[in-house]
Amino acid sequence: MSGRPKPEPVQVVKERRDRALKRLVEGVPYSQFLGISFDRRGDELTGVLRFSDHLIGNPQVPAIHGGVTASFLEVTALIGLSWSWLWDEMENGRLADDTVELPRLPKTIDFTVDYLRSGLPRDAYARARVNRRGRRYASVHVEAWQDHRDRLFAAATGHFLMPDTA
Amino acid sequence: MTDKYRPRPTPTGAAEAGQSPAHPDIVRIARQFIEAIPFSNDVGMRLEQIGDGFAQISMPYSEKLVGDPATGVIHGGAVSALMDTCGGAAVMAHPDGAAATATLDLRIDYMRAARPGQRIMATAECYHVARSVAFMRAVARDEEEGTPVATATGAFTFERKGARAP
Repeated sequence: MSGRPKPEPVQVVKERRDRALKRLVEGVPYSQFLGISFDRRGDELTGVLRFSDHLIGNPQVPAIHGGVTASFLEVTALIGLSWSWLWDEMENGRLADDTVELPRLPKTIDFTVDYLRSGLPRDAYARARVNRRGRRYASVHVEAWQDHRDRLFAAATGHFLMPDTA
Repeated sequence: MTDKYRPRPTPTGAAEAGQSPAHPDIVRIARQFIEAIPFSNDVGMRLEQIGDGFAQISMPYSEKLVGDPATGVIHGGAVSALMDTCGGAAVMAHPDGAAATATLDLRIDYMRAARPGQRIMATAECYHVARSVAFMRAVARDEEEGTPVATATGAFTFERKGARAP
């Protein structure tokens, strides 16, 4: 019970986590194109879709394109799932060095989107919940909202194939 | 060659894929409509064909749609966006419908990665309409024969021509 290591300074821990998240998110050109970023509080991630005119699908309303909403949900699900894996690796010290190559992203098997309200021309937020993550398959639920956290404008469930890890 | 993935014709046979090309004016109007959608225009979606309850829309390969830079494969979300647009167009092109619809739900099954560099072509068919709901199925292919990239099914809102708004 002796020799318990001194806890790392909070700044070191934070920086390591933020660097890992940045590497994960910035590796996806399509989410950069859509303007998606992620806020982190501990291990909790919130996807942020910054509104921009090129995301409009119906100029009359105007409303965010349904395909953009689906994409935002899928990006959030994929990053959320990868992050949950990465977090475990990081906390177990298996990913201490950030020159280590990140594993490939999981592959989407299927994805089902519920459109609950039209997406207004303003920022949107999404959070993913990993309902199950096995060695091979994962099931992830994701919810998106705009002004009010409890008034979802879309939700989705997807199944994913986990990348091979040695 | 039979194709088990091809959307089947509607009971009336009206939407037999590519067999009943619409009047050139309708194609032109529909094309302008699709191109007026900022997001669809931004990713280069192009209406190829439209008929009764039937639509075909293509999307060129582009770096900004990439989901995995290691392989150059486009993001599943980009395929969803194409399917959603094409499904909506097929519903709007149904002869009983008013020219407005919104997606209620959309399920995408991803069968394989799209080949980097290849154009994706979505073919959608609105195979049944009820009083206020339209049912749609779609398939997305790249330039390879055989297994498609993805298939989709969805439900859309449906307003009958001349029906009073509720």
